[in-house]
Amino acid sequence: MPCVKPWLMDTMTESVMKRTATRFRQQGLPVLVMLLAVLLAWYAGAWALNAPGAIERVMPEGGAWTWQDLLAATMRMERPVLPAPHQVALDFWSSLVDWPLDSPRNLLFHVAVTAESTLWGFVLGTLLGLVLSVCIVHSRTLDRALLPWIVASQTVPVLAIAPIVLVILGSLGFSGVAPKAVIAMYLCFFPVTVAMVQGLRSPQRIETEMMHTYAATRWQALWLLRLPAALPFLFPALRVGIAAGLVGAMVAELPTGAVAGLGARLLTGSYYGNTIQIWSALVMSALLGLVLTSVVALIERVALRHRSQP
Amino acid sequence: MKRATQWTVLLVLAGLIAGTALMQLPVAKGEAAPTPLFWLASLVLALLAGQSIRRMAALDGRRIYGLLTAALFGLWVIYFWQLLVVACEVPRVLLPPPSLIAQSIASHWPTLWGDFVQTVLKAVLIGWAVGSGLGFAVAVAIDRLPFLQRGLLPLASLTSTIPLVAVAPIAVMWFGFDWQSKAAVVVLMTFFPMLVSTLAGLKASGKLERELMYSYAASYSRTLMALRLPSALPFMFGALKVNATLALIGAIVAEFFGSPTAGLGFRISTEASRMNMPLVWGAIVVAAVTGSVAYAVLVQLERRAAFWHPSVRDA
Repeated sequence: MPCVKPWLMDTMTESVMKRTATRFRQQGLPVLVMLLAVLLAWYAGAWALNAPGAIERVMPEGGAWTWQDLLAATMRMERPVLPAPHQVALDFWSSLVDWPLDSPRNLLFHVAVTAESTLWGFVLGTLLGLVLSVCIVHSRTLDRALLPWIVASQTVPVLAIAPIVLVILGSLGFSGVAPKAVIAMYLCFFPVTVAMVQGLRSPQRIETEMMHTYAATRWQALWLLRLPAALPFLFPALRVGIAAGLVGAMVAELPTGAVAGLGARLLTGSYYGNTIQIWSALVMSALLGLVLTSVVALIERVALRHRSQP
Repeated sequence: MKRATQWTVLLVLAGLIAGTALMQLPVAKGEAAPTPLFWLASLVLALLAGQSIRRMAALDGRRIYGLLTAALFGLWVIYFWQLLVVACEVPRVLLPPPSLIAQSIASHWPTLWGDFVQTVLKAVLIGWAVGSGLGFAVAVAIDRLPFLQRGLLPLASLTSTIPLVAVAPIAVMWFGFDWQSKAAVVVLMTFFPMLVSTLAGLKASGKLERELMYSYAASYSRTLMALRLPSALPFMFGALKVNATLALIGAIVAEFFGSPTAGLGFRISTEASRMNMPLVWGAIVVAAVTGSVAYAVLVQLERRAAFWHPSVRDA
């Protein structure tokens, strides 16, 4: 800003700083306090849950120990009932740093495997949902015959079909990414279809009539009016869809006995009673979920940056 | 009856009769190899079915027409599934015909009933009630503490992006293989949606109504009971409906990590590894019916409880 006077700059930065400070007090501080409370509760829980095991296995016989010894022991257990946060953080960090990227001991390796099938499923599911919703909006038959089933199938635990999909695709000779992507796909496509049908119908009568007076073809009306109008409906569905797809991809790794992926990591952790490994896989899957949804949210903000916020 | 309606009814009936006739052929029972004539007949029947659905969808007027169209479509899908799977001799592992699934449900009914009791009546129902109840209680409790609300709400909303069902192995370790561990997973999965929705619902009452309560000098609890909780009902029912599906998914997936020898998730995963696909499909049918019935019951309850709300009145 070349034409702004220096003193004006000062007041501007000052007001910006003030605003940031109030925003922090209003939003950031409560969240931080909450997170701190969760952390404290976690430590307290780790102490309470691990104490019996520690007394039995680690502490010297005859009660020759103080509570400080006990506290220290509960924070350092080999296989704790509830690992302390710093144990999880250390395991998490060492799995990222101490092993090469292609080693199955590195969590990023598992993240890549799970993210690959999630993203494939997400892309395919979104495409399927888009095509299906366009067909449904343009065909009264499909609207009345198919849409009720798609809506009803939202109430059904579709994830239960995962083992069947794995068996069917397995006997057809598909393995690896394909079955997991298919399961992630059909979890993604339900929300996208339902939201897009709603969105493609959202233009008002006056707008569709204007397209009609322009002698716009169906395709032009779809491309120029309906699709842009449907975007605000699409993105929330995409956020739901990618989170559901991640769950699908992780669950799909369970019955296959897969050796790679976050779901497989959880399963091997629970086989060997390695609680710290389970918890760091859990933290990693939460992070992956957050990253995937924030990427979609970011795309949403870029795509809808010219629209007024509701 | 209008002429169009008459034609549609005729077409539907003709399709159904032709379909029943085709089912009687030995080919459709898997006793003979399909002939070209059979394929031709199937094609004609498919066209007839498609035409009757199209006609039915074009009918206007009563709402029942929409339902009937969907039902007719579902019926024909199941019909052709049966016909083609049997005629083409698709391996049972790939796709068992519906008749075989029905048979399997009937013959394994005691097993499936045991699974239903184990998964739905114990894990899902208890977990759903406890999780939703806790979410509701916490929301009401922190209603007067804006600081806690501002801290908790963003975190609670973030949990929807996290695969919470992944805590299942930890729950199995803590609470054992029986239903308690599944209920724990369900509690965790249903808690946050209920919390977020109830908090949103408690803010949903209009300014006018709140000012009216204020002018009556109504106490906090009176305003809560008479105004704010009722106006939060649609939000809470929304969460209860979402939670019903989430609870079923949570319990079934948690059983993949380890369970006693009963439960829908256990049945699905073990029978799938034994390639006994008709029973797997049977367990899925039980789960699907449970999900839809739970949803329908909640919709009915919502109509009774929030009959005054515009979203219910319009429907």
